[in-house]
Amino acid sequence: MSVELKMTGEVLTAYLSGELDHHNAREMREAVDEAIELNHPSMLVLDFGQIGFMDSSGIGFIMGRYRNLSRYGATIHISDAPPAILKMMKLAGVEKLATLPKTVKESKK
Amino acid sequence: MNIVNRFSLNFSARSANENFARAAVAAFAAQLDPTLEEINDIKTAVSEAVTNCIVHAYAEKTGKVYITCTINDKNELRVSVRDTGCGIENVDRALEPLFTTVGGERAGLGFAVMQSFMDDLRVRSVSGRGTTVTMVKKIRPRYGIGG
Repeated sequence: MSVELKMTGEVLTAYLSGELDHHNAREMREAVDEAIELNHPSMLVLDFGQIGFMDSSGIGFIMGRYRNLSRYGATIHISDAPPAILKMMKLAGVEKLATLPKTVKESKK
Repeated sequence: MNIVNRFSLNFSARSANENFARAAVAAFAAQLDPTLEEINDIKTAVSEAVTNCIVHAYAEKTGKVYITCTINDKNELRVSVRDTGCGIENVDRALEPLFTTVGGERAGLGFAVMQSFMDDLRVRSVSGRGTTVTMVKKIRPRYGIGG
């Protein structure tokens, strides 16, 4: 499980990898929140391309970052989510919090 | 309906074991020749059930999680996840999507995911005594070459 962070202009991209469950969510949350606080991005891109498994802890993770960012009007974009993860996101109604990729394998920004 | 195979395991209710629990059930389910999607559904539902034990049932104390899995001759996997924790006061309310008692980073979707990803979900709980979640997944037989 790891997070790679990249700031390009006003966009913060978090490349997530590994398994996003309750056990791993805390480490991801701390890494992403630290970068948000430091950089105040106008958009956070969460890249799920290297996530092999995600349960509803991943939805809690997106909801938490949405709460932080929406305080100052910033947005979230979900990128490169595999089909199983999109299935979970659609069940949870994540499109109310973030923009989802139009195709299953949207190319990385 | 005859049970053709069974396994059970118990482990400490520690979050480090969430991965182990879902991987063990998925490995057992593999003999039913499920699709990748079916395996992912099972792993996700088990992960939700085990996380509930750790986050809710044993919020005040540590304990054990007990998993029993059976396979029957109708190609069905039955997974039961049991704890001896605090129990759920109102099961109907706990089953409502987005209902959560802990807030913060928990989405309140655990039971909704189990319901949606599995074919059947039953929750039995006694306040102060513990909870048993039983889920069933029907694995569609695939008749390919050599199948």
